Formats: sequence, structure tokens, C-alpha cells
Amino acid sequence: MDEVIIPIQKMAKRMREHALQMAFSAGANGAHLGGGLSMMDIMATLYGGILHLDPKNPEWDERDRFILSKGHGVLAYYTALAEAGFFPVEDLKKFELNGEFLPGHPVMNLKKGIECSGGSLGMGLSLGVGIALVGKMRNKRYRSFVLMGDGECNEGSVWEAAMSASHFHLTNLIAIIDKNNLQYDGCCSEIMNMDDFKAKWESFGWTVTETDGHNIKELYDAFSLCTGPFGKKPHVIIAHTIKGKGISFMENNAAWHHSRLSQKQYDLALAEVSGGESCLP
Amino acid sequence: MPTLNSLNARMYSKLGQRGSFALTLEEIAAQDEELIVMTADLTTLTGLTRFKEKFPDKLLNIGIAEQNMIGIAAGMAKEGKTVFATTYSNFLAMRSYEQIRIHLGYMNFNIKVVGSGSGLAMGMSGNTHYGIEDIALMRAIPGLIVVSPADGSETMKAVIEAAKHPGPVYIRLSGTMNIPIIYHEEYPFELGKSILLRKGTDVSIIATGTMVHESLIAANLLEEKGISVSVIDMHTIKPLDTIAIKDACRNAKLIVTVEEHSIIGGLGGAVAEYLCAIPSVPRQLIIGIPDVFQKVGDYQYLLEQNGLTGSQIAEKIMDTFNMMVHS
Repeated sequence: MDEVIIPIQKMAKRMREHALQMAFSAGANGAHLGGGLSMMDIMATLYGGILHLDPKNPEWDERDRFILSKGHGVLAYYTALAEAGFFPVEDLKKFELNGEFLPGHPVMNLKKGIECSGGSLGMGLSLGVGIALVGKMRNKRYRSFVLMGDGECNEGSVWEAAMSASHFHLTNLIAIIDKNNLQYDGCCSEIMNMDDFKAKWESFGWTVTETDGHNIKELYDAFSLCTGPFGKKPHVIIAHTIKGKGISFMENNAAWHHSRLSQKQYDLALAEVSGGESCLP
Repeated sequence: MPTLNSLNARMYSKLGQRGSFALTLEEIAAQDEELIVMTADLTTLTGLTRFKEKFPDKLLNIGIAEQNMIGIAAGMAKEGKTVFATTYSNFLAMRSYEQIRIHLGYMNFNIKVVGSGSGLAMGMSGNTHYGIEDIALMRAIPGLIVVSPADGSETMKAVIEAAKHPGPVYIRLSGTMNIPIIYHEEYPFELGKSILLRKGTDVSIIATGTMVHESLIAANLLEEKGISVSVIDMHTIKPLDTIAIKDACRNAKLIVTVEEHSIIGGLGGAVAEYLCAIPSVPRQLIIGIPDVFQKVGDYQYLLEQNGLTGSQIAEKIMDTFNMMVHS
């Protein structure tokens, strides 16, 4: 098992380093660091071990479809795509450069592995439902994955989609919630209380798995379990995460939802993530 | 696909735009393996009962959830389906506007959104159900084609052409059953290319949807008063047939736009946006629904309240025309 898990852990570490470099290079534009770092281990697990993809053939018909519904999570998305081989890691330097393909929210670009444009919250799950429906109609083996934030689940459209996914028995649909308990204005429980979150999904007809969203082994097991050929329900993984995970001064701090890094902060953050062994040149 | 003749033109008229749309979908479904028709709990009210019986696997009911309908439509279109998603135009254009903007506009998915009951056709249902801002909203989205057919048979043609077009289209269905016939026999229909229905020298009326018929009535009345009038069926509002408008300017002292839509942002706005950029154009009169919510009533009552019958249109044009001539 270690031969699967350890490479993913290493990949997640490299992704965090690249993400910090991207955020720092964005300068005054700033970057969505908090939510990018909370979903980093989820993305490493998906792109490092779970999703069936072929970066050499990005439009492969049988590929698993991944929709980033929390479109601001690009620091984890772009780094995962680069690590998985959809474009050179070197291209991450194009993050938030004028006219380039890596803006602050993703723009559909299948050749680079980006399935859909995103950025407006609450829209991804419906897309995932549509993709899964066609998969079932055509007896395809691909699976439809959608990653959302917990704050994003304030949007009513998420629950419209959740309702329809169970209605259509979409066993080929897997939703993931990056539950970091913070949204733009503060604590989710204070801004708009969504408890009991698990019960909400269950009552909408989903099978729910809760997991530690920073434990690669747990994430890997959770994904492996829910992608098996059984049951009649769509599956949601509620991944308990920490906003800003991996950088002490960002963790659980809503101020780092979208912010800029000073040189000092960048050096400190990079040292914490790399532990003295950085992959960056 | 059907060839238009006096017989089926009468049938399409009886069915109205909604029924003609549903019937045409049956024609397409019989030939297109990839067709999916979506409704948000309005199967019967959008005329799709028979379609559902004939093609149960091609009709997807999403329940009362328009945003989700467009989102799912996008997921399916992304996987290669030709999707027609339909509900009342007010719900479609407004409740799911952002989904249309992102999925049909930004990502350019091959989805046709079809708004039933546009304009004032919902009569006694009241203002919540009137679709009078839909053209303004839809044409503001980059990449969308916006079509408003003039009668039942033109609805058939618009739906067929929309299905052939590999990109997003909004089709606005207006009027009632037993809709007046504009086209009695086969004619060439092309998205983005308007149709000159009659030629005159004083006034050019550019009309869309149900107002094509009322404008033809107005033109006859004006002719009796010695004013010579052209009438153009501007079935496609976006992309606008600017060549035809330019021609209309060359030949007329007054340009009139007529639509069963708010005077803000519809056909009148689209034509004005074009005209203001070219020098020495005739004056434009915009006829449509004034910028107020309506007193509720039946369709004919509402048309009269808004001055949208043929005779009322003729009067407005005559007033403006006479004022211009005498000033």
C-alpha cells in the first residue's frame, strides 16, 4: 500500500510548493490560498491515484471527468494537472499572466485537462449530473467527479442537483466536499449554519463517507470504496479539511481565503512545506 | 423534414408556436439519435405530452428546478448530446440566466433553450408569467443566437435550423394557438437572414414574432392613407441582419421596430444600437411594451392595452410620420 500512498504524499508536497510559488508570483493580484491548500491532498489523491486519465490523450472518451465546482481552487487544480502531466510544471509560471491559460478561475481547455470553466459557485454538481447521465445512457465506464466547498453548499442550485442525482440513481457520480469550515466572511457555522451536513446529504438520497481530507491513505480508501460497482445511490465524500493546511499562519485563518504573500511570508511558508527539501529550483 | 404547403401551414397555425415546436421535435427525434429534450415539470404545458409518449427515453423531466435543468443540459451537451431545454420564457431567461450565461455563452455548449409563453401570451396568469425581458437578457450574452418566429410554420423552420446549428440558440415562442399565418408555402429560412414581406417607400417596419402579422395589418391600413410601407420579418434578433436594415434605411423616411417585448433592450434596442453608428439614418420609432408591469388580462386585452394591434400600430406610425412631414 505504501507504494501507492507515499508517491501521492510526495506529489501533494510538491503541489503545495508550486502553489506557494504561484501565489507569490501573482503579487498584488493575490491568490486563493486558503481553499487551495485545504483541497490539496484531495486533488493529489485524485490525480495521483484515483482518476482514470491519459494526459497524452486528454480527450480520451473513457476518461473520468473531473469538475472543479469551487472554481477558486485553482492552486490545487493547476498543480495537480501539471503533476499528472497535462502540461509542463514550468507552465505554472503562467499563473494569472495576461492572456494566458491559467487565470484565477479555470477556463475550459480539454487539451490541458480542464473539463469546464468555473468560478461561479453552485454550478458544478449539475454539470456532473449531466455527464453521469450520458455515461449511464451509453453504458460508459467513466465516472463523474465534482469537487465543491462547504460554503458553496449555501447555494440552492447544489441541492437541486443533489436531488436529481439520487432521483436518477447516478452511481457513477462522486461528489467531494472540501469541508474546511470557513467561507469568505468567516466561520460557516456563523455565516450560514449547515449542520447536520452529513444528514442533509443522506436525506437527499446519497451515500456519505466522511474522511480526514489530509490523510492520503484515508482519502484513497474512501475513493476506492465509493467507486466500486455497487449500490443505487450517488456517493459523496465529506472530507474534513483545514483551510490553509500546511502553513501555520494560514491554517484556520479566514483572512487567507484570498490574499497576497510578502517575501518574508513566502520564505516562511515554503520552509514549512518543504521541510528543507524543496522541489523548486 | 416537412415541406411547407397551404395544408400544413394551417396545421401549424392551429397548433400555435408551442405546438409547432413540439411537433417539430418529433421529426428531429426520429432522425437524431443524440437528441435530448428537457423540461422543468411543464411537459404538458409546453406541448410535449405526445413527444413523451413517442420518445420516452429522449424526454428528461428535471422537476421544478430551472437552474439544474440548464446545468444538466450542459453536462449532457458536453458529452455530445443535442439538448433542447424548455420552460416558460420568464423562468428560463431569468431563474436560470447565469447558467445560460456560463454554459451556453462562456462554454458555448450546444444547447437550445426554448422559452414558451413569451410576451403577453400567459394572459390571466399575470406578470410573474409574462416573458417581456427575455430578448434583452438573451442577446446580452456573447455567442447566443436569438430567434423569435413569426408564425407556426416559421417556428418549425427555426427549430430545425437551430437543431442543425452546432451552438447555443434561444428560441422565443410567443402568441397563442390559431396563430395567424404569415407563410402559406415553402420559403427559404436562414438564421440571421430577415425576410422582406412587402416593399414600400415611406416607412420600413422591422417586426419580430407575433408583431409581424400586426405590422402587415398596419401596413395595409397605412397604404390606404397613402403611406407606402415595407415590412421585414426580423426573426433573428441576434445576429442582427444589418444588411437588411441598411437597405431599409436607404428606402425609407421612418424606421419602425415592433415587438411583443419591453421597449428596453429588445429588437428596438438592437436596431438602434446599429443605427446610431452609421451617419444620416432615418428617425426610428420603437413600438413595444412600455416599461411598466401590466394590469392582468387576456391576451387580446393586453395587446390592446399596450397598443400592439395592427390598427394601433398604424395610428402610432401615422402620428409620427405626419409630424415629421409637417415639421
